[in-house]
Amino acid sequence: MAVSAEVRERYKSDLKPIWCPGCGDFGVLTATFMALGNLGLNPEEVVIVSGIGCSGRFPAFTTAYGFHSLHGRTMPVALGVKAANPNLTVIAVGGDGDTLAIGGNHFMHACRRNINLAYLLLDNNLYALTKGQASPTTLPAQTTDSTPYGSYENYVEPCALAILYGATFVAREFSARARKLAEVIAQAIQHPGFALVHILSPCITFFDTYDLYKQQVKELPPDYDPTDMHLALRYATDMEQRWVGVLFKTYKPTFEERIQAIREKAMQRYQGLTLQEMLNRRRV
Amino acid sequence: MPVNEFVVRVGGDTLEGGIIRTGEFLAHALARCGLEVFTFRTYPAEIKGGQAMIQVRTAEHPIYSHGDDVDILICFDEEAWEIHRQDFNPYGVLIYDSKFEPRNFPGTAVGYGFPFSEIAKIRLRNPVSKNMVILGVFSALFGLPKEVFEQLIRDYWGRRGEKVVSANITALNEGYEEGRKVEKRDQFRIEVRPMRDRLILSGNEAICYGAIAAGCKVFAGYPITPASDILEWMMEHLPHFGGTPLQVEDEITAIGTVLGASFTGAKAMTATSGPGFSLMTEFLGHAAMAEIPCVIADIQRAGPSTGMPTKSEQSDLYQAVFGGHGDVPRIVLAPSTVQGCFYVTVHAFNLAELCQSPVIILSDQSLAHRTETIPPIDLDKIILIDREVYDPIFHSENGDGYRRYRLTETGISPMAIPGQPGSYTAEGLEHDEFGHPNWDPENHMTMSEKRFRKLELALRYGEFYPGFEGFRWYGPRQADVGIIVWGSTAGAVREAIEMAEQNGISVAALHVSMLYPLHKEVVRRFITSMGRVLLPELNYTGQFAHLVRGETGLDVVSYTKVTGVPFKVREIYEAIKELAKETVAVR
Repeated sequence: MAVSAEVRERYKSDLKPIWCPGCGDFGVLTATFMALGNLGLNPEEVVIVSGIGCSGRFPAFTTAYGFHSLHGRTMPVALGVKAANPNLTVIAVGGDGDTLAIGGNHFMHACRRNINLAYLLLDNNLYALTKGQASPTTLPAQTTDSTPYGSYENYVEPCALAILYGATFVAREFSARARKLAEVIAQAIQHPGFALVHILSPCITFFDTYDLYKQQVKELPPDYDPTDMHLALRYATDMEQRWVGVLFKTYKPTFEERIQAIREKAMQRYQGLTLQEMLNRRRV
Repeated sequence: MPVNEFVVRVGGDTLEGGIIRTGEFLAHALARCGLEVFTFRTYPAEIKGGQAMIQVRTAEHPIYSHGDDVDILICFDEEAWEIHRQDFNPYGVLIYDSKFEPRNFPGTAVGYGFPFSEIAKIRLRNPVSKNMVILGVFSALFGLPKEVFEQLIRDYWGRRGEKVVSANITALNEGYEEGRKVEKRDQFRIEVRPMRDRLILSGNEAICYGAIAAGCKVFAGYPITPASDILEWMMEHLPHFGGTPLQVEDEITAIGTVLGASFTGAKAMTATSGPGFSLMTEFLGHAAMAEIPCVIADIQRAGPSTGMPTKSEQSDLYQAVFGGHGDVPRIVLAPSTVQGCFYVTVHAFNLAELCQSPVIILSDQSLAHRTETIPPIDLDKIILIDREVYDPIFHSENGDGYRRYRLTETGISPMAIPGQPGSYTAEGLEHDEFGHPNWDPENHMTMSEKRFRKLELALRYGEFYPGFEGFRWYGPRQADVGIIVWGSTAGAVREAIEMAEQNGISVAALHVSMLYPLHKEVVRRFITSMGRVLLPELNYTGQFAHLVRGETGLDVVSYTKVTGVPFKVREIYEAIKELAKETVAVR
């Protein structure tokens, strides 16, 4: 997918991606450049937080600020960035193992906190950086180096989880559809609240799903209503057709708005009391 | 000295209610009589029920420990008497609920029984007012002016309305009249002294105030005994100071949030106890690798595992100093007093910012939840240090872009903050000066050296904060017995040295508050200047003793105890005496 030289110049770092040629993550990176370009965001005001895995290397390939954190810990760090400076644009990037296995706990709380950020879940159905072990999104028919007899656990569907956990924007896309993906990422960035973009991003080396997804991926019908949660859950969990587009969208107060409200209440309670005055009140 | 100098302990089942409050009221009242106070408490790990106790020591001079023997014991029930009589001064006073008769009561002591439960339940029809009845009795028996308690009641319950205030004052008066009816047979009494300018705070509160004073803007935590009150305080107060406090889903999130916030330019901290700290160690390594300032307060409790959550221990030193995979530079500080909790927290933030490094505060349960009268704190006298922020004009690079991890003499590299020019990726992988992942063997050597070089700057922190030493030497330059001490044990040591000196023993002490990096030369000089060196600490394996031996190559005599409660002054004194005998014999 072509991206304008101007956009590339602005958002692409000098660091050469270490991904395998043909990796779905290239499509996500390109789409992210396009989304940032379309929104005209200043890279110095964007923070990209990642965990560990192939997707973990994502931030360093951009000119934005990056935080390459620990395996599964994308969300805690992103929360801290937002708590310190809500004006920054925050994009969190995690793999399927990152998000749903080791970071599964954080994923739930990030959704229900409704932090104003875009979460890009780069799902390649396995652990690729450690060379091909099963993940929570490993498909029933798939065998991996750690599940040579096939998976013994059920597949977890991240979009349905996010909806039930309280995310206010849930979309799915395919990394091979970079232009569409760029649109969805831009919408996710603009959405006020926690926005999940579940990206089917095939691993060309350990489990190539390009052909599978080319067959399965289908755009949501034109009359689809993303505000209907039950409908969204039905489409999200359909494993025959992998529906792409904005599956679910609603509005709730964001984390930042709630924190601001708390700050106002606290300031009202303490009426401009300085720390020194507060300390002096503790006189015997 | 029975006038203005004694130890009071209140004990009873928490089902009775109000035990801790009785002690807290006593402490505040004594402080308002112009006296110094120092409290100590233990409470059950059960949700409801189980024995709790609070001890209040008072004196006209500064106090450093909660006292060994209980002079005035107040027992709500028989079980309390059975538990506490082992610490009871045989010449002391027992005030007890006459629903039971204390067995094995020493003939030399004085006992006063009152039907507290009956008075509260039947006469006052207000069972929860029993503790106020007891305070009334206390007031009458020992001459603590009743008005002091009345004012405390108004201050404490005023917001709840006149009805609550008057119910408590009625109970107080009822107790006072009861107390006046009995003939006083003991010598303990209170004489009001001129009011001193004092604050009354707990160790955990002092950490909170210290954090705000230092400029903390983001706090993240997860409930854990005995650190939860820091989280609660921050949740209530930090927003007022323009900050964001967060109760998050676990301790991993807490430290991750702190790092994200600090990366974004905010001073940030978390507070936890041993089990939570264990969860944080992976991120501790990341903070060291990516060079992100952060403050972690570990309020130690008895371990390992869930251990004894409400009991005190100094047993997280290994994990604070050595915890983590790979070589993780960090700074470890330990306060020993409530006042110290305030200043150590300020120093922790300063050092985190100065060295762009994680800083761990090692407090413990006994220090966290005791209250002390401390001199007022003047915030204008506090020095605040901020990290060196990257300035694209001032820090001109070589034309090849911003180097986040630029090699410098001190190891400190100017840090860019999101929103300003100089974007980079904070990197947990080993990296070069730009922050680009790098596995070159030479580079790993160079960068490890860079990160550890910062600890030398930490040792020079006194140049940035005049008066800070990281250690304090008490007593002569040379002595038969030396004591090295850290954390809350320092108080008992200070009083034990005084006792030893009075008994003609030649003794000195080195109180270390910066545990890591260690001022090795000072410790070495101390050890070689003393006949023998004792190192008392509340853990099983002698954790600081190990560190001192490793860092100095010199031996110390480790003296450890793991009973869940702090050392008594007498225990330390006896150990000094033993060691002095040996030293003299050798000489």
